[in-house]
Amino acid sequence: MHKEFLMGNEAIALGALAAGVNLVAGYPGTPSTEVLETIAKRNPGNVYVEWSINEKAGMEVAAGAAYAGARTLVTMKQVGLNVASDPLMSLEYIGVKGGMVVLVADDPGPISSQTEQDTRTFGMFAKVPVFDPCSVRDAYEMIQEAFEVSETYGTPVIFRATTRVDHGYEALEVKDEGEYKNNRPEGFVKDSSRWVIFPRLSVKNHALIEQRNERLSEVFSQYPRNVILWEKSRKERCVGEELPVCHEEQDRQGCRRGIATQGANYGYVLDSKQDGDVRILRVATPFPFPEKLALEFLEGLDEVLCVEELDPVIERALTYVCGKYGLAVKIRGKKTGDLPLSGENTLEIVENAICRFLGAESKECSGEKAAADPASAKEPAEKNLLPEPPALPVRPPVLCAGCPHRASFYAVKTAMKGQKTIYCGDIGCYTLGNAQPLDMCDTCLCMGAGIGIAQGVFHTEPDTKCFAFVGDSTFFASGITETINAFYNQADLTLVILDNSTTAMTGHQPHPGTGRTVMGQAVEKVSMEKVLCAIGLETVETVDPLDFQLSVETVRRVAAKPGVKAIIFRSPCIALTKPVGRSRVTSEKCIGCGKCIRELGCPALVLGEDGKKARIDTSLCTGCTLCEQICPVGAISGGMKNDTAKDDVIKQSEIRNDTAKEGAANE
Amino acid sequence: MSKNIILCGVGGQGTILASRLIASAAMKKNLPIKTAETIGMAQRGGSVFSHLRIGEDANTPLIAKGTADLIIGFEPGETVRQLPFLKKGGAVVVSSRPVMPVSAMIGKSTYDANAMLTYLKENVEHLTIVDADQAASDLGSAKTLNVVLLGAALRSGELGLGESEIIESMKERIPEKLWQLNFQSLNWSS
Repeated sequence: MHKEFLMGNEAIALGALAAGVNLVAGYPGTPSTEVLETIAKRNPGNVYVEWSINEKAGMEVAAGAAYAGARTLVTMKQVGLNVASDPLMSLEYIGVKGGMVVLVADDPGPISSQTEQDTRTFGMFAKVPVFDPCSVRDAYEMIQEAFEVSETYGTPVIFRATTRVDHGYEALEVKDEGEYKNNRPEGFVKDSSRWVIFPRLSVKNHALIEQRNERLSEVFSQYPRNVILWEKSRKERCVGEELPVCHEEQDRQGCRRGIATQGANYGYVLDSKQDGDVRILRVATPFPFPEKLALEFLEGLDEVLCVEELDPVIERALTYVCGKYGLAVKIRGKKTGDLPLSGENTLEIVENAICRFLGAESKECSGEKAAADPASAKEPAEKNLLPEPPALPVRPPVLCAGCPHRASFYAVKTAMKGQKTIYCGDIGCYTLGNAQPLDMCDTCLCMGAGIGIAQGVFHTEPDTKCFAFVGDSTFFASGITETINAFYNQADLTLVILDNSTTAMTGHQPHPGTGRTVMGQAVEKVSMEKVLCAIGLETVETVDPLDFQLSVETVRRVAAKPGVKAIIFRSPCIALTKPVGRSRVTSEKCIGCGKCIRELGCPALVLGEDGKKARIDTSLCTGCTLCEQICPVGAISGGMKNDTAKDDVIKQSEIRNDTAKEGAANE
Repeated sequence: MSKNIILCGVGGQGTILASRLIASAAMKKNLPIKTAETIGMAQRGGSVFSHLRIGEDANTPLIAKGTADLIIGFEPGETVRQLPFLKKGGAVVVSSRPVMPVSAMIGKSTYDANAMLTYLKENVEHLTIVDADQAASDLGSAKTLNVVLLGAALRSGELGLGESEIIESMKERIPEKLWQLNFQSLNWSS
């Protein structure tokens, strides 16, 4: 064992390695990405790791290996599970031989996602057992247990963490490489009655799965991470400590209120400063729900507050248990308005909810929400009371200074000015093209959807010029089938692929167009042009978006053609290149028209001291020259596009592995 | 000793590295440490923050409002945004240099950075304002603002860590060719 300061996702990866994982596949997505990257970086040499083209592919690769007895891990974010749901739903009916853990990172908030879906609910729907870690250390240990459960019961299991666990950091003791479990897969054993899904097998296995989950509910009632903290043993206890076994009789009698919680919320509950007489249940396996343990927890209680994020999973489960056993315990939570229905919980939200729940027995509640309640409106004396601040800056995320996507969007916008158009966007950095002043994203739904949406709009209003924007990684992940659909079904739309030669938003992972794998191996690139031509597209043009005039002309020419046609805007992500020359404004020449600032919205373009003329923040400028090309009086010069970018792209895995991944810092 | 520290700024300013340097310095002193960071979409020019809890067995890395000992602000407006987390009598180290949001540059929102600094002066007892432009011109680089601020935080006495531990962590996390610049940056405000 040795001590390391680890991100939750790094701890999960090291836990999987310690459990002897043989194969890891996944698709990047915040907040899950670092798990697979850490496996790649800390690979003892015998683990197969890949970035799959999408989550469905990753799930199937992991399932195949697990059929052959390998321990496998597949990683994704919550919306990625939607893509992988087809194989997962069926896989549960077939089962696995080697332990298989499906790591899904949920994003309450959401901070970087389209939805606030709860993978605990998904697990229930898919009948797949779910593990829900509460801290970095808990996650490290729990994932090793998850592999054991998976293998023992022959089922894939979901390991579902949320942002605060995935991206929290802790110093913790982890195993040395020599202590890792050595798992030698037996190999695939042919048995068509086991591995081939047919209706007859499905109905038989369905019953077995339901019975197994009943059994697991009992097993999980004994699982030490599902725990009741009786009031007297709760004081001074910290998440991740050895579990105290002190089921004290006096608590059973005296205590009338309970709090049921999970994940990061468990820490918020323990850290909240209430000291009323309260019993706590932490649910580490929301499915199958540890019913027996819940019964023990509910015994003698009048009311329970459920503190959880996303869906009211525990709240529903406890309500069910109360109904099933005829218990007169009031279950409160999201459904009763005690906690918010959406968004991420904070310490304050949890503390205030608990405070209101415990009422007069505890200290005064603090914070805004509690202030509405006159009984608890008194602010604690030590609070830092501040006057109303000046208007805070509004900072929606924006495209980076010099981002080639800005140039691509601006070229399309310029070329199509005055025409009836729709710009269907997609998931990735280019979603940020919706921000003012570009305003080039009319729709955004899910990965690859822009192409189908554009097609649907075309079939409904054929006089609109329909554009579908998609990124390079997204094109491979889910754009190809949509393109074939649009082409075969006679749509008229322009497919615009914004190819920055990396998966940028999630931190620069390789994809089939980059000619590189996550383990740094150089491989044959998959050519987007060839794929599009093979589909049958007659017009496929590739252009450098940083050549503004050429880009505008290309868009005009291509968009005027009938049918499905494609433009590939190819220029590497600025995080993968080093600027060679930065642009400067010649103040004497600048007429202060503001066009560059107003039209491009580049963070490097700011107003000068006089509040009129443009100035360039050289710490941000990448020398993309787009502003130079649109300045009506030629007042901006000095920028130089980096033509050696392609070499740098090769180095992307090293860049990504740098701890200072914000890039700008201490370059 | 236990310290709650918040680092805040705008995505790309280097808050994560600064947070990492503090964390590894705390580890060298064998202090328990938990941190939480903003990673993902918000890194693209959005508001970012790190919470660090050092030296106490905290159950969560998140810091409750009114309990931070120190805020290291990379940007005036972002520092004001986080100010409700500062405890009464807590310290603030802030860079004077605003990062103008694109929305303000194109007239869709307003941002008065001087009003932010005035607000901080009026409401923070232990305030250190770091003249970031001066630092950048003295050091010949604007890229080490994070280390300049870290140095000022050290001297505020609220970091609870020594210079030697910070320097040791810097040596581990920063390439050797940049050591000299970073050591100068650390000492710039002294």
